[in-house]
Amino acid sequence: MSLSASATTPVTARRRPQLTGLGDPIILGSFTLAAWLVLLLVAALFITLVIAAWPAIKTVGLTSLQSATWDPNSNKFGVLSFIYGTIVTSAIALVLAGPIGIGAALLLAEVAPKRLATPVALLIELLAAVPSVVFGIWGLYVLAPVMRTVVEPALQRWLGFLPLFQGMYYGIGMLTAGVLLAIMVLPTVTAISRDIFEAVPRDQREAMLALGSTKWEMLTRAVIPYARSGIIGALVLALGRALGEAMAVTMVIGNKPAIALSLFAPGYTMASVLANEFTEATGQQYVAMLIGIGSMLFILSMILNVFARLLVLSVAGARGARR
Amino acid sequence: MHRNRFVLGLTGASLAFVLTSAIAGAAGQLTGAGSSFDFPFFSRAFYEYGKQHADVQVNYQSIGSGGGIQQFTAKTVDFGASDVPLNPNEMKAAQASNGDVVQVPVTLGGVVVAYNVQGVAGHLKLDQQTLAGIFLGKITNWNDPAIAKLNAGTTLPSQAIVVAHRADGSGTTYIFTDYLSKISPQWKSSVGTAKTVNWPAQSAIGAKGNEGVAGLIRQTPGAIGYVELAYASQNDISYASLKNSAGQFVLPTVDSVRMAASQKPNVSPDDYSIVDMGGAGSYPIAGYSWVMLWKNQSDANKGKQLVGLFRWLVTDGQTYATNVRYVGLPKNVQGEADRALASIKT
Amino acid sequence: MLALRQWWNGFMLVLAWLCAGLAAATLAIIVFYVIQRGAPALNGHFFLSVPTPVGVPGGGVANALIGSVEIIVMASLIAIPIGVMAGIYLALLGKGRLADAVRFFSDVLTGVPSIAIGIFAYTVVVVPQKHFSANSAGVALAVIMLPIIVRTTEEAVRLVNPAIREGALALGIESWKAILLVTVPCARAGIVTGALLGVARVAGESAPLLFTAFGNPVWSTNPNSPIAALPLIVFQYANSPYAEWQQIAWGGALALIVLVFVLNITARVLFPAKGYR
Repeated sequence: MSLSASATTPVTARRRPQLTGLGDPIILGSFTLAAWLVLLLVAALFITLVIAAWPAIKTVGLTSLQSATWDPNSNKFGVLSFIYGTIVTSAIALVLAGPIGIGAALLLAEVAPKRLATPVALLIELLAAVPSVVFGIWGLYVLAPVMRTVVEPALQRWLGFLPLFQGMYYGIGMLTAGVLLAIMVLPTVTAISRDIFEAVPRDQREAMLALGSTKWEMLTRAVIPYARSGIIGALVLALGRALGEAMAVTMVIGNKPAIALSLFAPGYTMASVLANEFTEATGQQYVAMLIGIGSMLFILSMILNVFARLLVLSVAGARGARR
Repeated sequence: MHRNRFVLGLTGASLAFVLTSAIAGAAGQLTGAGSSFDFPFFSRAFYEYGKQHADVQVNYQSIGSGGGIQQFTAKTVDFGASDVPLNPNEMKAAQASNGDVVQVPVTLGGVVVAYNVQGVAGHLKLDQQTLAGIFLGKITNWNDPAIAKLNAGTTLPSQAIVVAHRADGSGTTYIFTDYLSKISPQWKSSVGTAKTVNWPAQSAIGAKGNEGVAGLIRQTPGAIGYVELAYASQNDISYASLKNSAGQFVLPTVDSVRMAASQKPNVSPDDYSIVDMGGAGSYPIAGYSWVMLWKNQSDANKGKQLVGLFRWLVTDGQTYATNVRYVGLPKNVQGEADRALASIKT
Repeated sequence: MLALRQWWNGFMLVLAWLCAGLAAATLAIIVFYVIQRGAPALNGHFFLSVPTPVGVPGGGVANALIGSVEIIVMASLIAIPIGVMAGIYLALLGKGRLADAVRFFSDVLTGVPSIAIGIFAYTVVVVPQKHFSANSAGVALAVIMLPIIVRTTEEAVRLVNPAIREGALALGIESWKAILLVTVPCARAGIVTGALLGVARVAGESAPLLFTAFGNPVWSTNPNSPIAALPLIVFQYANSPYAEWQQIAWGGALALIVLVFVLNITARVLFPAKGYR
């Protein structure tokens, strides 16, 4: 897309050389410089974080990935419980938001009349604009009590045979954090999947319908297979957002650096330990360790984003990928 | 074209805004950070001081004692506040950063054991063994016989106990674990005394700041935790009466904390612990809180403002302490604070 | 057989309707609670007073409102010029690897956790400056805004018919004048949309402000001092146990939601083309 577009708008700076004008090299040069600045910024982010985390990488390094004991006072910096909490909460978010988001996207793109689809899509996308601290306060005072009094007791009663739903429940914990994250990433899944479904060529569907398929069969056989890699991309982007969310999660997860099998248990994520401990970390090692967690988060989100955007790009072109 | 002029005008206006605000905001402002134990007292006292001295406005951020020490050492704030004086390692780091440190006791407070147990009115009684048992995770239900025996006449529900603790480095945690270490050899050997510890109880949840723990206790049925007295009394959270080493059950009040402090009239940054004080009527979990200042102030004006502020805080400012259920500094400790402040070079 | 297929079709379509309904209902529920709990807090004190200590009535968030405006203005002053210029470069000048890389990495930058960007700003501004400050917060928010402005500007400029600019060039106008005086004004609405979306994205950010703006209970507009910001005060007050502070936190949450919704909806009205979000 980018190539074809630049081909239709050729650079015409040299069409009429103006010997008097220094404007072109200066102004056009500064545009180019601005573009370089964007790249430099990404490089600077990466380099700064790695340099600042270096004392930790050098001394603790990979051993910190093998321990779940986070006890800065005795210089024990095991980050496993943060990684575990991050994975569990993000996984809950995807399991919930994935099907709902894809279902909503299918409806908006394929089934609902435009008149209805547009305002509903607008509502879902406004959900994406809600600041995370607002999700946090809502999660703490509205969602957590509902989880404690309704959802978690019900889960324990019906699914209590699974270790995931055993033990104490507090309303605050990994499950609540995961549900809150699901709400936060839902617009990402919906909006991108919708773009992808709309990018699927028309003719295939019409052929299916002409052959006597029901609408649902048409969707599952002509639309979803074509859109599969794009949808995976949408889910990976949502995963990226869930991994890095700090404030809302901190407010509802219980902030306990421990690995528990039960989803009701409190946990800790990489982003929320930064929100809690970064301003108070004492000593070079501790600060460097936290920055190390920050750079892991940064690198992880980079990898996920690159991967996801390549997938989305492969289906929907640049439009879907730019979210 | 006039659109461009509009954009230009907007840019100009915002630039002017930033520049003028740079000048307008230049009036003296002191930044401090640390202990959330001190926060209700500080926020009130600094607010009143600011009303009397328009040229000195204080920005105190309640980020936890660990954070106060860190930000002080990094010189990102003008003063730090902590419920525990600097330990030798922290002192070494601070001295390496900016020379000698002056530590001033500024307030005295109690740590209460607060809980949220449905249907229990009044104050539950807890003795040393039971308290340690709960926080060690050995007593896990509110209807445990150990608790019931101490509280005959109170119907305790069958409800699981949830330990609520600090998620950040905290002087309140230090004072509380200092106490648990004194009363329980098992706590001392397996957990110890520190600003952050690994909480052994199976069901334990953490929150940031005294604010966060108090909020958590209020939100979580079955919760038990420890907060500064002011946080419990301002929020109508129930709290326990504890058995002191003289064998009495004592409620945390301004008087019972003062009584504990009076058992040890002289404190210094090297000898500060006042937990588990015997003596009739003294509440066993209490502590002083400290402010850290650089001995050599590089900015003379700021240095004078800081000394003036804390001179006031340790003397006249103490009246605001009792307003928010802190305990006024005993006279001899005020003297100690004054001497420390006099050593600051501006 | 056919009946079963029809039944299945109907069932799955109803399920899809439920998914969309659930998603839209979630927003409605959140907005409902925020209005219900927040509206009573929005009185004169809320907008005109500075925070007071617990127990002293009449506290507000006036300093945080001004503080938020100040850091957003600073972020915009950094991000909008660079972002717009980079966007123009991508749309009109950029070819080959540099342009593809800029496009790709600015997209990737939108996915970087904001808390990591906060640590970046702490490391490069707060630590060398030796104090928390409004300007470090401005830097952090600028980094978050930048990619949004770059990509929206690019698309807005790209949509301008190239013939207009070529016509100007044919008249002998220099290329830079043709871009700045002909193409860019045509793309104005789209560029303003980008700026609005950038502001909307950062207005509610709280994570990066923890280590940069730091918060401040008293008046300050000094860019070199710690400063109050609305999202930060919402976070602090929401976590507090005091009913009056929680009330102010809900009020702040409502103010934030109204602000970002107004910005987003304005952006859509200004530039309704699909894909501008």
